[in-house]
Amino acid sequence: MSELTLRTEKISMEFGGLRAVSDLSLEIEPGSIVGLIGPNGAGKTTVFNMITGVYAPTSGQIYFEGGDITGMKSDRITALGIARTFQNIRLFDSMTVLENVMISRHVRMPATLLEAIGGLPRYRRARERNYQECMELLGKVQLDDVWDEPGTSLPYGKQRRLEIARALATEPRLLLLDEPAAGMNPAESLELMNFVARIRDEFKLTVLMIEHHMEVVMGICEKIYVLDYGVTLAKGNPAEIQNDPAVIEAYLGAVEIDAANQ
Amino acid sequence: MDKRKNSKNKLTLLVLLASCALLYLADSYLSSFQIRILNLAAIYAILALSMNLVLGFTGMFSLGHSGFMCVGAYTAAILTMSPASKELIYYMEPIIPALANIEWPIFPAIIAAGLLSALFGVLVGIPALRLRDDYLAIATLGFAEIIRIVVTNTVSITNGSLGLKNIPSINNIWVYWGCAILTLIVIKRVINSSWGYAFRAIRDNEIAAEAMGISLFKHKLISFTIGAFFAGVAGALMGFLITSVDPTMFRFLFTFQILLIVVLGGMGSLTGTVISSLVITIMMEVLRVVEQPLNILGLAIPGLSGMRMVIFSILLLLVILYYRQGLMGTREFNWDWVLDRFKVGKSGERGETA
Repeated sequence: MSELTLRTEKISMEFGGLRAVSDLSLEIEPGSIVGLIGPNGAGKTTVFNMITGVYAPTSGQIYFEGGDITGMKSDRITALGIARTFQNIRLFDSMTVLENVMISRHVRMPATLLEAIGGLPRYRRARERNYQECMELLGKVQLDDVWDEPGTSLPYGKQRRLEIARALATEPRLLLLDEPAAGMNPAESLELMNFVARIRDEFKLTVLMIEHHMEVVMGICEKIYVLDYGVTLAKGNPAEIQNDPAVIEAYLGAVEIDAANQ
Repeated sequence: MDKRKNSKNKLTLLVLLASCALLYLADSYLSSFQIRILNLAAIYAILALSMNLVLGFTGMFSLGHSGFMCVGAYTAAILTMSPASKELIYYMEPIIPALANIEWPIFPAIIAAGLLSALFGVLVGIPALRLRDDYLAIATLGFAEIIRIVVTNTVSITNGSLGLKNIPSINNIWVYWGCAILTLIVIKRVINSSWGYAFRAIRDNEIAAEAMGISLFKHKLISFTIGAFFAGVAGALMGFLITSVDPTMFRFLFTFQILLIVVLGGMGSLTGTVISSLVITIMMEVLRVVEQPLNILGLAIPGLSGMRMVIFSILLLLVILYYRQGLMGTREFNWDWVLDRFKVGKSGERGETA
């Protein structure tokens, strides 16, 4: 068996007396799409924040492709190959679509600041290549027609896609999506699902996503972890999750009642 | 696109030549007092540009500018003063021997002033840049005062509160505006580079910037250090313009004057900053009238010093209330805009500001 892309070993996060996540152990295989679900306040985004280095876990270890990344700074973790999107979209408001994406390549810039000030060839070449690659990337996510527009002026769905494109530009091997389908109607979420599956194949990614839309999660994820109040309630493939009594009680049960009421 | 880029380059060159011609005209026709004011405007422009890089483009509310300027002014002054006048001025306590016989030419001294300020920038930045917003403002304000107090008390280097006199005088418009134009070009190249975009990314959204692999601390420190470098250069020039420096010149109120220029010109606009430095500096002189005893329609008003600042305060209030983005906002003077007006070339390809 090849090495796991991401492995967390009993990670916990405490804020004062509150235990937001306790003893979570994830095992994510290369190339898979894994879902992380749970009711509001279950600690899902906290898990993302721990993996990407926004918080250092109170206890436990995180391994990315076998290397320990526990407590590393966000920018280092991004450089290693983990990228993320945000639940509440965080685009750079003063920048165009293209600039939003080009920023992600800044860390891979081979030239120094002095070379940039002097406009030396190495910097200019790097900048030109960066521009070409980012335009190509925008083409792949169908945003190349709006490259010159301010990122935040795009319609909501496209802003979500731009956030994914921006994450892709950092050349990740693991992509973390925080509620990518939030606020989308069923048709849009279906489109997003296909999009995620497509970029997974095209960019050879492993995807971990937080999502509330059950159709999306059940339709696309090969493995699902269910959190409730920070505790891992269940893990397994979609069929197992759907039949797990604890999950039905905590989470899916509520969804079924909602569905029945509609 | 190439055609357009070509014409933009030509236009930029033309503007450079035109400004040289303007400087030449100013040099030959204006009185030496008027040239002094223009030179002062150039110094303010350098200060405001460097503050705008830190405040407007990187979003760090730093108020340490007067401290870095102080470092620069003293460095350049001590390096360029003649050994004879040093002996004369340091009568409280003689200057330390290592510095007593140094007499550098002006330009190396200006560079040295910038570099030493940049070093101070790094030293202050390493602890202070872990803070943000108001906390950063208070910390940098404190550091600037610390620098000033240290300068006041290291008598054998800085001559303490007596200050330095007989600094070589320069009242050459080319030196000051040359430095200002060079500053403008360098800062412009920085903000249009990949690093400049990283600074703006940090300003727009720190969390997202860090998630995109941008090291917040490193980039903030780079921006802060560049800001300190140019503040030091401006300090050096200030010394050459008024030929004396003393610690009271670099009180924190001075920083606010620069802040006023940046806010009025537009945080995040270099063009706006240059324009507002010129306007504010000239207004400062013109408005001296209101501090004289006035007689308006038989109503005698005694001269009040500080009336100028009242006018600037009202101006600042009005700007903040009604025109918050300042003169230019985050926009820049842009050849595309001009060329579109005259329908030269086609637009739509990768626009880069001139």
